[in-house]
Amino acid sequence: MSERVIPCSEAVRQLWHYLDNVLSPEDQAKVDGHLAFCRRCCGELEFAKELQTFLASHEVEEIPAHVKERLERFVQEL
Amino acid sequence: MGSTTTQKEDFEAVALVQLPRLYSLARRLAGDGAEDLVQECLMRAYRSFDSLSAPEAGGRWLQTILVNTFRDGLRREARRVEEVPVEDIDDFSLYRTIADEDPLPYSDSLHLDFLLSFGREDVYEVLKRMPEIYRVPLVLRYIHGFATKEVARMLHAPLGTVLARLHRGRKLFERELWTYAQEVDLLQGSGSG
Repeated sequence: MSERVIPCSEAVRQLWHYLDNVLSPEDQAKVDGHLAFCRRCCGELEFAKELQTFLASHEVEEIPAHVKERLERFVQEL
Repeated sequence: MGSTTTQKEDFEAVALVQLPRLYSLARRLAGDGAEDLVQECLMRAYRSFDSLSAPEAGGRWLQTILVNTFRDGLRREARRVEEVPVEDIDDFSLYRTIADEDPLPYSDSLHLDFLLSFGREDVYEVLKRMPEIYRVPLVLRYIHGFATKEVARMLHAPLGTVLARLHRGRKLFERELWTYAQEVDLLQGSGSG
């Protein structure tokens, strides 16, 4: 079973989908194969993980006090 | 009457703790219309409170209603989420750009420090610059943590379409992070030239 070697451009294009486990097993194996020898794409992968963590850390913002008050009142008056 | 009161109290208990999360999502979807969107979502949620299976699922349940409300609002305004021509950005890599430009020469963890220089409002501004068609899936998947399949279901779009928009949205977001950092001198005082 010889896997087709994919270039950096294709590996990078698939990295987030790779992290999300939405690639087919064949494509997942191709990215794995590429990452096994390409240091730069391993760096891209690490950065993709950092960027995902960074985005997830922004889920909840603080609500401005006056908006919070209005929304709380709205819920209570429903 | 007694049971109505209890139901109202139960709803309040679920909704009040979720207000920050709901408002955050609404702001990323609708910008200035966030408060109206949250209110409409809360009205719908209250009317269908029976459909919530368990209070622990309240956050996901309310966010789903909010996305549906947002989508229905677009439909009411007869506004379609259009494919937007975006110039080819497939070759852009924020990872490589940061490494090549080295905007924080004294940093030991250059890429992470670049990201951490963005405050909450900076991230919001960057998202606002993105076309809705790419921003919405990105926000739902990577900020609010919905699975890709759930995002496809919520947006009534085929999975392949959502995957393509996520890919493009991520690239656009990366490029806008870089552009924004340059434009507002975000890295000023951190050693950038």
